[in-house]
Amino acid sequence: MKFAKTLVTAAALVALSLGGAAAKEWKKVIIGTEGAYPPFNYVDTDGKMKGFDVDIALALCDEMKVECEVVAQDWDGMIPALLAGKFDAIIASMSATDERKKVIDFSEKYYNTPPAIVAPKDTDIKGVTPDDLAGKTIGAQVSTMHADFVEKVLTKSELKAYPTADEYKLDLENGRLDAANDDVVVLSQWLKTEAGACCKLVGTITPIREIHGPGAAIGVRKEDTDLRDMFSAAIKAIRANGKYQEINQKYFDFDVYGG
Amino acid sequence: MAYVDAPSTERPPAAARRRWTGARVIGLLLMVLWALLGVSIVYMLIVGYDPEKVAKYGPRIVQGIWVTLHLVTMSLLLGAVISIPVAAGRMSANPVIGGIAFGYSYFFRGTPLLAQTFLVYYGAGQFTDALKAVGLWVFFRDAYFCAVLTFSLNTAAYQAEILAGAIRAVPAGQWQAADSLGLRHFTTMRKVILPQALITALRPYGNEVILMIKASAIASIITVLDLMGQTRYVFSKTYDLQVYIWAAVIYLATVEVLRRLWELMERRLTRHLRR
Repeated sequence: MKFAKTLVTAAALVALSLGGAAAKEWKKVIIGTEGAYPPFNYVDTDGKMKGFDVDIALALCDEMKVECEVVAQDWDGMIPALLAGKFDAIIASMSATDERKKVIDFSEKYYNTPPAIVAPKDTDIKGVTPDDLAGKTIGAQVSTMHADFVEKVLTKSELKAYPTADEYKLDLENGRLDAANDDVVVLSQWLKTEAGACCKLVGTITPIREIHGPGAAIGVRKEDTDLRDMFSAAIKAIRANGKYQEINQKYFDFDVYGG
Repeated sequence: MAYVDAPSTERPPAAARRRWTGARVIGLLLMVLWALLGVSIVYMLIVGYDPEKVAKYGPRIVQGIWVTLHLVTMSLLLGAVISIPVAAGRMSANPVIGGIAFGYSYFFRGTPLLAQTFLVYYGAGQFTDALKAVGLWVFFRDAYFCAVLTFSLNTAAYQAEILAGAIRAVPAGQWQAADSLGLRHFTTMRKVILPQALITALRPYGNEVILMIKASAIASIITVLDLMGQTRYVFSKTYDLQVYIWAAVIYLATVEVLRRLWELMERRLTRHLRR
């Protein structure tokens, strides 16, 4: 991590020499999201970023009275891009896991839904315990808590890690995978589509705190504690003023905020 | 025949003092810049050396190197086999055969390897039932097999062009001489033409091997855990950019070893041409 630190320090030095020593006033916040994780974030047919994450991001910015710009970033480069200063916050359904907390900081959670397992309709998989899934090839998106879960808990299964969710869905459809592990909302949404007709939900997994963390939260650089607190306060505010519920209703028929 | 220069007794003229021209200054500055970059990369690797991470992820990287080497070797050998009929087709006077070979080479050299890999891997997935019916799905199910297949087909197109080009470069007089000796076509090819053509082909073949090694990183996109795949895995766990630098160093070292090997081979094969 030394390199990232050096980078950040260098960036900070440049910023200092250019902009004077005044503490940064957050007038404009650039937000990174993936754009390949429907219904939370995706690129719509008109080329615009849409989804629950994006709507929440814009509502939070409104609440914080800052100007925001949402940019796309591939999932596996999300944290390095944040550290390199390409954007100031990650709002991409990223769970605040302990592993990530070593590198970046997180706001309070803004939603929390359980993970689940899907499999082809003619599967012989009966449940979601490690024994049920023993010997199976399970797909997940690389560098996610879901991939982590397969590796750490489903030790008798083989993990196949894909760059985006689209790709494990394709391989599930064409029979290369015995099952896939992802967020229940993401999977259910996909099962409703034409492509998802191949498969069914086997069951949801009870989240494990050490692996799954407290839920999806907003990631910021460790030194931006002010921005982190602004986001946490804004989440609370939009929960209280009904804006959150409004967005929630647009996408889901239940409260994704979770317990 | 032997023509040897008499050893010169003259001393070479004293080198003229080189002037500090603008181009020379800029060139020197650029060299310093490159050297600094190199030094800083080495420094970063030394300072950031983390025995714990190396112990934890080192074996994965080593495993990745083997997968890459295996993948590239298999693809190159299979590609070499496929390239022979394609090269023959490229040189064929029959317009149908020539057209098929041209089309093959045109497609594989004209489209990105990444697209071809996706086409084979995810495209095969669209025909699961048909492939299962003919018993081929067991192969296409495996990402590694899909990678080897795509890379072989791709490199075969390039290798065929190299081979055909090298054979064409052998002077026609060689054919005529063999004819006048009453050698059969096949014998002429094997004993006269190919040995000369392969010398011409050696360098381009070396290039193709090097390109293949680097292109093999594409396999990581379709879940093959080659050197690049393992590197991406480790990066996703550590968020440490150093692992990419290590991967680059390993690729570089592999290419350097091959470069030297090729140099040796060329010296051996062209020893009769040296004076």
